[in-house]
Amino acid sequence: MRIFYHPILGKLEEKRKITLEVDGKKIAAYEGEPIAAALLAAGIRVLRMSPKREEPRGVFCAIGRCTDCVMIVDGQPNVRTCVTPARDGMKIQTQKGLGKWAKKL
Amino acid sequence: MGKETMNVELAVVGGGPAGLAVAAKAASYGVQVTVFDENERPGGQLFKQIHKFFGSKEHQAGIRGHDIGYSLLSQCEEFGVKTMLNTVVWGIEKNMLGIQNNGRTYTIKTKKTIIATGASENPLCFPGWTLSGVMGAGAAQTMMNVHRVQPGQKALMVGSGNVGLIVSYQLLLAGIKVAAIVEALPKIGGYMVHAAKIRRTGVPILTSATICEARGENEVEEAVIASIDEKGNVMEGTQRVLPVDLICIAVGLRPLAELCWMAGCKFMFLPVLGDHVPIHDENMRSTVKDIYVAGDVAGIEEASTAMEEGRLAGIAVAEELGYLGSEEADEKKNLARKRLESLRLGPFGDTRAEAKRKLTESEVNR
Ligand SMILES: Cc1cc2nc3c(=O)[nH]c(=O)nc-3n(C[C@H](O)[C@H](O)[C@H](O)COP(=O)(O)OP(=O)(O)OC[C@H]3O[C@@H](n4cnc5c(N)ncnc54)[C@H](O)[C@@H]3O)c2cc1C
Ligand code: FES
Repeated sequence: MRIFYHPILGKLEEKRKITLEVDGKKIAAYEGEPIAAALLAAGIRVLRMSPKREEPRGVFCAIGRCTDCVMIVDGQPNVRTCVTPARDGMKIQTQKGLGKWAKKL
Repeated sequence: MGKETMNVELAVVGGGPAGLAVAAKAASYGVQVTVFDENERPGGQLFKQIHKFFGSKEHQAGIRGHDIGYSLLSQCEEFGVKTMLNTVVWGIEKNMLGIQNNGRTYTIKTKKTIIATGASENPLCFPGWTLSGVMGAGAAQTMMNVHRVQPGQKALMVGSGNVGLIVSYQLLLAGIKVAAIVEALPKIGGYMVHAAKIRRTGVPILTSATICEARGENEVEEAVIASIDEKGNVMEGTQRVLPVDLICIAVGLRPLAELCWMAGCKFMFLPVLGDHVPIHDENMRSTVKDIYVAGDVAGIEEASTAMEEGRLAGIAVAEELGYLGSEEADEKKNLARKRLESLRLGPFGDTRAEAKRKLTESEVNR
């Protein structure tokens, strides 16, 4: 959930609202916020399944170090969603294992 | 390395308090500085720190971290520091850096390089630690204070150092409940001011206690905690189940020193400073020519020490590049060293001061 009012930081600054498509479902986001933040705000915390044992993983470091938050973004696998800014219309998929490219580039 | 090459007089890797302080200082004497940071905006950890800083007035105590960040940024702007954001420095060799920006790689040729890459959080392994909802305390802090989203609704904090205490309080400010703070040691690790603030809110700080397990289908649904004996073994019958959806790990930081290793810097193992730390001399120069270090990468301390080390390195570099006479530089460096000394007083500071001495007095510096 979003923190609309914060006792020290004040009111949440209004930013441009955009839409992301996550596994086919549309969610609202703010332009430029990390994809993972938008997902958290929408209550989505499982971002990928691990390669060997297919265990769920989510945000762990939130600063781009651990790669636990990688997802398939616009067809590209292994994108660290905690440091990748959200843009309108992005298509995001839960990554299974090492992920697959949407098509050969 | 990349085909395109850029020349930079002083390259600063990392735009946290240490890197920005180096940049502002060196640029104020005329050095041409470029700061590289992988984030969308500079400031490092400062913008997450919405609490008032401790320490003396001279060191900006009482001012909130994010305000210190804004003031450093405006100094950098004033002196014409260039910043390249969204830029990862992935390689270093002598006076060359490999960087990546927007999917392209470039080679940077430098006269001097400062590595101010900060730290990363230590993980803690227990059954269930990979479940979604177990995260670093710093990660929770980033989500709530920078991105303004709640990382969960009800939390357990593991670790009662300053980070654990401060982030617990910030969780409460963000409207998240805190079930408890567990601390494996028999006493609270952080400063009493922070602990007292937590206690007043009614959140229990349980010492000689640990997390045994995180449970849940896909995400954390509950945490099992228990008391431990002097040997660290769980005492049977003390297990308790807490219904939480967030478990924050605050068990220390370690220097993010990959670039120093890559550059061939020599290291020393100093647990008080977080792990293996690059050896540096009194001017913050590493054991590799033209490479300096400052801030958490040179030993985990605080933002105030990070900035002071940055200033010291900035002066030293300006001197070496011929922008400052040695007499003037010495005077300024000594002042910075004095301020560093005064920041390293008290029971926490003493051990760090000693560890720092081991680094600067190491014979590999000679
Ligand atoms: C919860 C918490 C509370 C704290 N409270 C206080 C306090 O009250 N008072 C106090 O004095 N200190 C406090 N600190 C400590 C303080 O934040 C740190 O000591 C300080 O931020 C260290 O500064 P730095 O510049 O070395 O590193 P950082 O602030 O970590 O900055 C390093 C920057 O470098 C970037 N970077 C790293 N590697 C690369 C690369 N290869 N390429 C490009 N960029 C890179 C990082 O993304 C980051 O932006 C606190 C820390 C935490 C976590
Ligand atoms: S959460 Fe660690 S890289 Fe994104």
